[in-house]
Amino acid sequence: MAESGGLHARLQWRRGALVLDLDIALPPRGITALFGPSGAGKSSCLRAIAGLERGSEGIVRFAGELWQDSGRGVFVPPHRRRLGYVFQEASLFTHCSVAGNLDYGYRRAGQPAHLDREALVDQFGVRPLLARRVDTLSGGERQRVAIVRALLSDPALLLFDEPLSALDAAARDDLLGCLEALRASLAVPMIYVSHAIDEVARLADHLVLLDAGRVVAQGPLQATLTRLDLPPALSEAVGAVIEGIVVGHDAHDHLTELAFAGGTLFVPRRGDAVGSMLRCRISARDVVLTCERQHASSALNQIRSRVVAMAAAEHPSQCLVRLDAGGSALLARITRRSWQALELAPGSEVWAQVKAVALGG
Amino acid sequence: MPLLSPQDLQAFGLTLRLAATVTVLLLVLGTPLAWWLALTRSRWQRPVAAVVALPLVLPPTVLGFYLLLLLGPHSVVGHLMAAVGLSALPFTFAGLVVASMLYSLPFVVQPLHNAFESVGTRPLEAAACLRAGPLDCFFSVALPQAMPGFVTATVLGFAHTVGEFGVVLMIGGNIPGRTRVLSLRIYDHVEAGEYHQAHMLSLCLLVFSFSALLAMSLLRPRRRQRG
Repeated sequence: MAESGGLHARLQWRRGALVLDLDIALPPRGITALFGPSGAGKSSCLRAIAGLERGSEGIVRFAGELWQDSGRGVFVPPHRRRLGYVFQEASLFTHCSVAGNLDYGYRRAGQPAHLDREALVDQFGVRPLLARRVDTLSGGERQRVAIVRALLSDPALLLFDEPLSALDAAARDDLLGCLEALRASLAVPMIYVSHAIDEVARLADHLVLLDAGRVVAQGPLQATLTRLDLPPALSEAVGAVIEGIVVGHDAHDHLTELAFAGGTLFVPRRGDAVGSMLRCRISARDVVLTCERQHASSALNQIRSRVVAMAAAEHPSQCLVRLDAGGSALLARITRRSWQALELAPGSEVWAQVKAVALGG
Repeated sequence: MPLLSPQDLQAFGLTLRLAATVTVLLLVLGTPLAWWLALTRSRWQRPVAAVVALPLVLPPTVLGFYLLLLLGPHSVVGHLMAAVGLSALPFTFAGLVVASMLYSLPFVVQPLHNAFESVGTRPLEAAACLRAGPLDCFFSVALPQAMPGFVTATVLGFAHTVGEFGVVLMIGGNIPGRTRVLSLRIYDHVEAGEYHQAHMLSLCLLVFSFSALLAMSLLRPRRRQRG
């Protein structure tokens, strides 16, 4: 990758039956998601970057520093890599209070002046928990403590290993909000492992898709998720991620209107203020194509688009159609029969119909 | 007649001194060994663990017999010690300490091994990702989290050393003030038909053992949820 400040890892190793062979390059800013089905090697990859995975061979370079070069016998141990790691289960120290946990890394990092401990404690709402014992916390509280603990160790790279997967829906939503705020306020690059596409669509700027121990695609989020050549294991994830500006709320019908490059979208009402950026994932299977604008359709969103390309889907009855809506990429999964019946071809003008109901959450 | 004769008290003191010495030495030496057993992936892990467990199944007299041969003045060790100006170990307090350490080894190492294993590698990884080096990880995370194992190891190691008989008889003889410990003294009393004195000492040991086990279970924190 051209940017020298990012992370570059080229690693090979064997973990049980899985042979991992990875070559990933990440930008020096923003959130990169490692996404893929269970058992694809996402967590192992993250552990190898942190230096926790024994047996991984290859090169890891971050921000101009060489962390590992097996050929030359270079291996910087995890505690010298300046990274923060948030595990799937919080792994808080049970022999310390919440405050003790927070200060563990903070002290070892030398309590740097640019880290505002009190502000972080308030931002993540852990002030009421400071004196509590770790084993009295709920799952969501533990993860918030774990995130603040990692931030306070003054990391140059933050690693998240499915931090929300063990949480219930409410706690998960709450933490997703915290992470979105973190993305906006923190200059430190983050790598986020997940198998939930909705988390990835909300948080990530950059995407690395893994399947069976290999990188199948990597690049900017929108462009990567609308590729037509992804393996079947990732077919449920493909679809567009639209980033737009909230232009208004309809209090009567409880809808929020979003303006993006290809037009406007109605989504179920969200709390975001007018003028704020909002992301919205449109799954390929929720898009209906028509040749003309429908005047009596229940679909609230009709987006004028042009067919760019078509590719076979994993089921022989279906195909994936890539659309261009004023510069935004959309993806539609339709039957081959419809493709033929509508006489579609690259260049055809179509209307992409999306139920607002499908854009909830 | 006094409850305990001066000789009985002497045996009592000697036993406590022996058990305390052995327990402290075993905790110091057993901790790194248990740590290694809990974390290593070496193929020597199982053989070493089996050797550590050997005194659990071996008759104490067998252990004592081999030690007598190994440490005696005509053995290699004995010659080496004589060469550097040390007296042979058998029939001395030092010999008793060495023998007791071997005999009580599994009672200290196994609780520590289990404790380190139940702490697991995750807290250590979390500490490493918070900039703690290996030694720092050990003292700030592994040691405090394994504390219940240290309580168990201390109590078991101490109590087991107090109660040994076969090994001390073989390696220590029965020398008043030097190697005559409580269990030997009780045997002497019974042999001499002094059932009253044997009763007193036995009762002391019984109360001590019960108190030790009770203290251990009271000191151990309630089972906590893992964080």
